[in-house]
Amino acid sequence: MTIGFRKSRRDFLKVSAAAGGGLALQLTVPAGALAQSPGRRGTSGALRSYTDTGPELTAWIVIHPDERVVIRIARSEMGQGSSTGLAMLVAEELECDWKRVRTEFVPTSEQVRRGRVWGPMATSGSRSIRDSQEYLRRAGAAAREMLVAAAAQRWKVPESECDAENGLIIHRPSQRRLRFGQVAQAASKLEPPRDVKLKGPRDWNLIGKPARRLDIPDKVTGKPIFGIDVQLPGMVYAAIAQCPVFRGKVGSVADERIRGLRGLIKVVRLEDAVAVVADNWWRANRMLKLVPIEWDAGADGGASTESIREFVRFGLEDSMAVARNDGDIETAFFSAEKLIEAEYYAPFLNHAPLEPMNCTALVKNGRVEVWAPTQDAEAAHAVAAATAGVPIENVEVHLTQLGGGFGRRSFQDYTRQAVAIAKAMEGTPVKLLWSREEDMQHDYYRPMTLMRFKAGIDAQGNVTALRVREASHSIMAGIRPEQIKEGLDRHALGGIIDSPYSVPNLRIEFAMRNSHVPVGFMRAVFHSQNPFMRESFVDEMAHAAGTDPYEFRRAMLKTRPRDLGVLDAAAKAAAWGSALPAGVHRGIAVQDSHGSYAAAVFEVSVSDAGELDIRRVVVAVDPGHVVNPDSAEAQVQSCVAYGLTSALWGEITLKDGRVEQSNFNDYRIMKIAEMPRRIDVVLAPSGGFWGGMGETPLAPLAPALCNAIFAATGKRIRSLPLKHHDLRRA
Amino acid sequence: MMIRLTVNGTPRAADVEPEMPLLWVLRDVLDVKGPKYGCGIAQCGACTVHVNGEPVRSCSLPASAAAGKQVLTIEGLAQRGRMHPVQKAWIDHEVPQCGYCQSGQIMAAVALLKKNPDPSDEDIDAAMTNLCRCGTYVRIRAAIHAAARSMKPVKT
Repeated sequence: MTIGFRKSRRDFLKVSAAAGGGLALQLTVPAGALAQSPGRRGTSGALRSYTDTGPELTAWIVIHPDERVVIRIARSEMGQGSSTGLAMLVAEELECDWKRVRTEFVPTSEQVRRGRVWGPMATSGSRSIRDSQEYLRRAGAAAREMLVAAAAQRWKVPESECDAENGLIIHRPSQRRLRFGQVAQAASKLEPPRDVKLKGPRDWNLIGKPARRLDIPDKVTGKPIFGIDVQLPGMVYAAIAQCPVFRGKVGSVADERIRGLRGLIKVVRLEDAVAVVADNWWRANRMLKLVPIEWDAGADGGASTESIREFVRFGLEDSMAVARNDGDIETAFFSAEKLIEAEYYAPFLNHAPLEPMNCTALVKNGRVEVWAPTQDAEAAHAVAAATAGVPIENVEVHLTQLGGGFGRRSFQDYTRQAVAIAKAMEGTPVKLLWSREEDMQHDYYRPMTLMRFKAGIDAQGNVTALRVREASHSIMAGIRPEQIKEGLDRHALGGIIDSPYSVPNLRIEFAMRNSHVPVGFMRAVFHSQNPFMRESFVDEMAHAAGTDPYEFRRAMLKTRPRDLGVLDAAAKAAAWGSALPAGVHRGIAVQDSHGSYAAAVFEVSVSDAGELDIRRVVVAVDPGHVVNPDSAEAQVQSCVAYGLTSALWGEITLKDGRVEQSNFNDYRIMKIAEMPRRIDVVLAPSGGFWGGMGETPLAPLAPALCNAIFAATGKRIRSLPLKHHDLRRA
Repeated sequence: MMIRLTVNGTPRAADVEPEMPLLWVLRDVLDVKGPKYGCGIAQCGACTVHVNGEPVRSCSLPASAAAGKQVLTIEGLAQRGRMHPVQKAWIDHEVPQCGYCQSGQIMAAVALLKKNPDPSDEDIDAAMTNLCRCGTYVRIRAAIHAAARSMKPVKT
C-alpha cells in the first residue's frame, strides 16, 4: 500500500523501549534505510491500523472528502476510555464535526519510519491524557489553521476573515462556506504552522462535557477487536507452560508422549518454557498438559510466602537507605507526650485482566509482524526485533484493543515468547495464548511490602515526629536499576516520600528486598499499598491524639490546598460528622498520585458475626481538568471494584517457589452482588493542571475502608487482605 | 466426530473431538469470536452463549452436548440489523470499559430478562455472576433495569 505522507526530514531516529525482564533497548537507524510498512493481511475487520490514508493534516489527523475525520491514537485502549478522550482533545481545537470522528491506532512501523512523530506510545502511569494533551490540542489547532488557510487561498481572502466551526470554514464578510473535506487535500500540502494559540477552558465545547465513547458499539456487538480475536490465513495456535518456579529453566521435555496426536504441529522449547503448537488452541493446550516436563527450579524451589515475608521484614531491622531526614527525629521522640508504633503488610497481587496474555506473530523473510494487546506497542516492537534478530525497520506491531491491562501489559514477556515461537515456525502466523493458570502464575506481581511507623505526639495532639521504614520489593530494580541510588528506590516510596502532611521531624528509610518473585506496575503501583499503610497509620495517630480523623488530617494539610480540597469535598458529600443509623460507621482517607488528588469516605457496618457491609462509598477526585466526565466517573467506579477486590480478598501466595493460586476459583474477583450499591462520585476539577484518572481514585479506598472498620469494631487492620481478619468486636 | 449445530440461525458443522468445549469450536473452528476465553473453568462467564435458549458457559460445555442444538452468540443477537434492547441499553449507559467480558454479560442479561422481565436488584445479583475486572457493575445494573423498562409491552 502507499502512504501519503510528507517525508520525514530527520536523518536519524531513535526508539527507546523498556522491555520486560530488564531489557532496555536503544536503537538507532538511518531513516533513509527504512522500508515501507508491510501490508495488512486478512485480519478481521475491526483490527485495522493505519489503513486510512486520505489527506493528512499533521500526523494526527486525516480528513476525507466525505467529511470523515480520522484521529490517530498512539496510546493503548484498555477500557480507560482515553482513545475517546485523546480524540476529544484534538477535535476541540480542530473544530470538526465530532459526529464524523473515528479513531485508529498508530502502527509502529510508521512511528519508527517517521521519527516517533506521535511521541510516547507507552500507556501507563495514567499518562495518556496528561502527557499528551498539549501536543494533541496543538495538532488540532495547527490542522484547523491549515484548513482555514486553504479555504482563504481558494477564496482569495485574508485568513483573518475566516473562522472554522463544526467542520466548516466560514468567510465572515461574505458568509461563504466550505466544508473541511472540500479543502483537506489542499490543506494537507501546506506547512503546519509553528505557533498556534490554544483555546482557554471557557471556550471549550467538547472538553469537560460528557461524550459517548467511540469504542463502545464494537464492544456490545462482539466485534473481534481484541488480541485474542486475531485470525490470519494459515494461522496456528500455541499454548505455553512456563517454569513454575520463577528464574527456573526447562530440564527435559518428553514430547514423544504426544507424537501423532491429532492437530499437533510442533513442540517448541524455550529457555524457561515449553510451547505446543497445534491446529487449534484447545488441542495445543490439552497436548501440553500431556507432555511430561522436568523443570530445573534453580535456587528458589524452597521459597514460600512465609520465607519471603521474613526476608522482606528483615529489611526493617537491617541498615536502611535514608530517603528523608528532616529535623531531629530522636530528640523529638524523646520529648513527645505519646509514642505509637505499628507495622503494616501488603501481599503480592496478580493483575488478572480478563483477557489472558496473548500475542500473534509472523516471522517471514527477515520481517516480523506482530498483533499484540500491549500497553506499550513500541516496547513490543523493540522486543520483536530483538527476539527475531531483525532490524527494527523490519517490524510491524498492530495494536489491538486490550481486554484489561492494569499495568500487566506494560511487560512484553508474552510478545517475546510469541515471536520466539513464530521464529521456530518461520512463515506461519502463530497465535500464542496463555491459559488462565499460566496468567495467574506468571505475572509481574504487585510487590510484597512491609512498613513500620513510629510517631511522637505532643500534649496538644500535634504530630511532632514521624519515622517511616519501608521494606519492599523494587519494581525499578528489574527495569531501570540505574534509578536506584545506594539502595534507595524512591519509586517504591510512592505515597510516603511525597506525603502531603507537614511533620517537623520526619525520617523516611527504605530497604530493598527482592525475592525471586517478579514484580511490576499494578494499577496505582505503590500507591496501591502504601496509602493503605500511611492513611491507616494517620488514623492511628488521630485516635492517639484524641482528634477526629477528618479534622486531624485538615490540620496537617494546611499548606496543601488541593489535598485539602478533595478531603473537604469527600467529607462534605458524605456529611462527615452527621448522625448515622445505629451500627453504621465512617472512615476517611486522602491520597494524591499520578498528578491528581483523591479522597474517600466509607460507611460500613459489621454484624455480630463479623460480616462486613459496605453501605456507601464516596470518592472525590480533582484531576485539574476533566476531559470526559462520563469516562472519569467510570474510572472511579472501576477503581472501587478493583481496589476493593484487592483489599477484601487479594493475595498471591507461594509454596515450593511457585504461586499457589491458579484461577478465579482461588483468586477471587468481585461480582456484581458484592459491588457496593451506593457509590457517590464527586468530580471536583479545580482547573489549571491535567492529572490522571485511572489510578488516583484507587489509592484512598483501602485505608478509608479499614478506618471505617476500626470505627465500627475497634479493630485496626494492619495487613491485607481483609478475608484473614476476624471482624467480630473484641 | 462431525458435530452439527445451528449457530445464530445458520447450520454449521465441525469435525472435532466430542469433548472439545463449545467455546473453542466457536472461536477456533467456526470463527465466531464474540464468546471469550477468560478462565476455562466456568468461573468468569466471558464465554456465555445460549444453547436452546439457556445461558451456558461454553468453555465447559463439550461440543457433543451442543450437537443438534441452537446456539446463540452475541453476534446473533441483533435482529434484521437492529440491536437487541439490552445492547441498546448497554450503549445508552456506556457500560463497557475494556469490553472483554461484555459479550458474556450481555448474553447473561438477555437470558435473565427472558425469564424475568422485571428483575429486582436481588434477582440481578443472583443471575449475573459474570466477572468484570473493570468493575462496570454499577452500569450493568442500571442498563438491565433500563432494558427491562424498554422491553415492557406498551399498554394501550
